[in-house]
Amino acid sequence: MIKVTGLTKDYGSRRAIDNLTFNAERGEILGFLGPNGAGKTTTMRILTGYMAPTSGTAQIDGFDIMEQSLEVRRIVGYMPETVPLYPDMTVFDYLKFFADLRKIPNASDRVDEILETVHLEDRADGYISNLSKGMRQRVGLAQALIHKPQVLILDEPTIGLDPAQILEVRNLVREIGKEKTILLSTHILSEAQQICNRVLIINKGQIVAEDTPEKLQNRLTGAQRVHLRIRGSIDEAVTVVESVPGVSTVTVKSDNSMEFETAANQDVRPDVARAVIKAGLDLLELHPESLSLEEIFLELTRDEPPAPSIDGTLPAGD
Amino acid sequence: MRNIWVIARREFKLFFISPVAYAVAFMIFLILGIIFYANVAAALAQQSAPTVQIVIAPLVTLLLFTCPALSMRALADEQRMGTMELLLTAPVRDWELVVGKWLGSFLFALSLIAVTWVFPIILNILEQPGIDQGMLLTSYIGVLLLVAAFLAIGVAVSSFFSNQIAVFFITLVIFLVLWMISYPAQAMGSTGGDLLRALDMSEHFYNTFYTGILDLKDIIYYLSVTLLGLVIGTMSVESKRWR
Repeated sequence: MIKVTGLTKDYGSRRAIDNLTFNAERGEILGFLGPNGAGKTTTMRILTGYMAPTSGTAQIDGFDIMEQSLEVRRIVGYMPETVPLYPDMTVFDYLKFFADLRKIPNASDRVDEILETVHLEDRADGYISNLSKGMRQRVGLAQALIHKPQVLILDEPTIGLDPAQILEVRNLVREIGKEKTILLSTHILSEAQQICNRVLIINKGQIVAEDTPEKLQNRLTGAQRVHLRIRGSIDEAVTVVESVPGVSTVTVKSDNSMEFETAANQDVRPDVARAVIKAGLDLLELHPESLSLEEIFLELTRDEPPAPSIDGTLPAGD
Repeated sequence: MRNIWVIARREFKLFFISPVAYAVAFMIFLILGIIFYANVAAALAQQSAPTVQIVIAPLVTLLLFTCPALSMRALADEQRMGTMELLLTAPVRDWELVVGKWLGSFLFALSLIAVTWVFPIILNILEQPGIDQGMLLTSYIGVLLLVAAFLAIGVAVSSFFSNQIAVFFITLVIFLVLWMISYPAQAMGSTGGDLLRALDMSEHFYNTFYTGILDLKDIIYYLSVTLLGLVIGTMSVESKRWR
């Protein structure tokens, strides 16, 4: 459905994305993970026909994004990151305007239908300027869905929403993703884990990892980290925990709790729990710590430090 | 073509909730009314019969200064609000967007100009045997062509910036330059002077339409300026995709 080959975009002398190549199939929800400025939005803007790449090509449903831009734009629904809205229009008029631009037959009926999908039917005649952030986000989503697009491109669709709305949007995306292709960007790993079939991690304009969310996490988590909290002095607990076989690198955290690592394939939590209780301490918390996106990034983008030379001095700089 | 109409219709409707449009309408009607009253009163005292020029001359000057305000929002505001991103990713050709924006503001200007028709009607009732209908018609045709050209330039300027105030002043400066470019014509000798006169917007209006003459070359002049404005606007929108 989406086929990107060697996509590169320069802003002046700065390279925003560098030789990106990836595919997305029909019925696939592809997550785009990356820190700010990684090139997520730039890639999406190129795929939606908003801007031209410096080099490289991309095809959506067989249409070239440059040569057949209008065809591409017809089958793509796009929700930009900061949802652009006309504040002086009503929700209905706004959606009707985009429905008309997309030449949807019976546009008014379709607008009513999509308003129901995003639960805004009671706000149809309200002005957009009076909507809350979450509602605006849903208006933007409705705009992207109005023409039942084959490919949906969502730039940070859940940013700024409250938890209930986030859940709703995620469910909606999952529902749509069953028969459509969705490319969505996020910087929340758990979100990608929950809704995406496949994740691309990009950093500084380059793909640094590409896999299913589960495999990605397993691959990165060579060791498992466990968080432990007890009542009372932590120092006593440290000695107890350190004595359990399989535990390594115990670190005391500032909030009077500790973390320790074990090998990924070895679960020592029952042993630790027994040891702590046997020592007469009150166990409050014991849970595995999963790597956050930030840590995965650090893992993936870490620059190898220069190896010290044999005699221990740092290599001379020139 | 339907896209042009969809965009023009939204643009047109927006003028009716825009304070700028009301200010423009109020200013045009108020000043035009005062000047009209003063002229009619003076004509009564002197027992003379004024022509439709007492309406057209101030109307054209007012349009010169207010058209930048009607076109300044067109594309500038879309860029400021980020909605340009939606328009450029919708299946709309760049020229359809620019022409739609121009058409919307032109239709609004048209409805303002239509209201000013009441002054010639009053004049026609006051005078015996009525005013010169030919001059009335050519003057209004000229005003429409002039406004079409004004707004096309305005839309083109608004495609370059996201700040409406900047667009207003730059558009106004371009209008004034084109309006007065023939002033140094006499000092320039025949070739240079003719060239300046050919480029001048007021020369193409006051010498013909204003005096009751329809000349094809003036019609072509205004249509060319309109087309040029729309082409520049389209090119500017297209170029945004390459930045």
